Amino acid sequence: MLVEQRGWLSAEEFNAQLGLCQFLPGPNVVNLSIVVGKRFHGWRGAIVAPLGMLLAPMLVVLLLGMAYDRWGQLPLAQDMLRGVAAAGCGLLFAMAWRMGAALRDKLFFLPFTGLTVLAIAWLRWPMPAVMLGGLAAAGAVAWWRLGRA
Amino acid sequence: MIVVQLFLEFTLLSFIAFGGATALLPEMHRVVVDQHHWLDATTFTHLYAIAQAAPGPNVLVVTLIGWEIAGLAGALATTLAMCLPMSVLIYLLIDRWDSFAGRRWQQAVSLGVAPLAVGLVFSGATLIARSAGLGWAGVVLIAVVVLGNLKTAWHPLWFIAGGALLGGLGLI
Repeated sequence: MLVEQRGWLSAEEFNAQLGLCQFLPGPNVVNLSIVVGKRFHGWRGAIVAPLGMLLAPMLVVLLLGMAYDRWGQLPLAQDMLRGVAAAGCGLLFAMAWRMGAALRDKLFFLPFTGLTVLAIAWLRWPMPAVMLGGLAAAGAVAWWRLGRA
Repeated sequence: MIVVQLFLEFTLLSFIAFGGATALLPEMHRVVVDQHHWLDATTFTHLYAIAQAAPGPNVLVVTLIGWEIAGLAGALATTLAMCLPMSVLIYLLIDRWDSFAGRRWQQAVSLGVAPLAVGLVFSGATLIARSAGLGWAGVVLIAVVVLGNLKTAWHPLWFIAGGALLGGLGLI
């Protein structure tokens, strides 16, 4: 929308800034809206843009949360939520698959995916430690691979 | 002060949210369910399911978690904690981004973090699968959705709706 409908950004600018937002942790949509907001209206834009992005969906989610508190224990709701959870889980596996397929240099980097799953899903280690260790190791391999390229 | 605790825990989480909120699922589960016992595993799974079905960015699962633990104050605390720290950092960094972008260390971090993010999303999926209380039909549904999502261009909401329907019919 920002690029095609309004012409506020060129496609290259959009991609470059998306790069930063994906590079840094945090929700990408929020990060990106800060960048675009700041660019057009300074700090005011950077405050308004993410709010605009989040406020309406947040209200919807809160209403759903209230509905869950009220009716969530009903057998029908439990059954439906189980079905949705299963479908959502399938979407997650598919997403992991796609992300994995998009990895470059799989021979060197897929093992880190395996180790992450082992540490997080199996051993249930705390994620900050796993990410620090994993990033140090995988980043070192990446540094080395980049040097050879 | 559970709201303060929520805010601090989710602030910490926001700094490691490489790959967005989805990649955080396993850690949120660990903190919220295993460590603090704020929610049980089934409720956590339900909240994830609701967030998937709702419109809007997937970060809103943290809003729901906060809501369920501590009401409106909790919802605001978790959402703000998840979004604010990195927002401020990005606000400050964006103008220097051009001088970082493409540097070898920046590329190395980007390359290095990608396989970890894949592992995190995969881990989140296994956790949801394990705590959703699924029978064989549920496992079949997961497999069908994985294939359907990878092989067709259908909107994800169709799969969610299908899951709700099958679940509502008592099949899952």
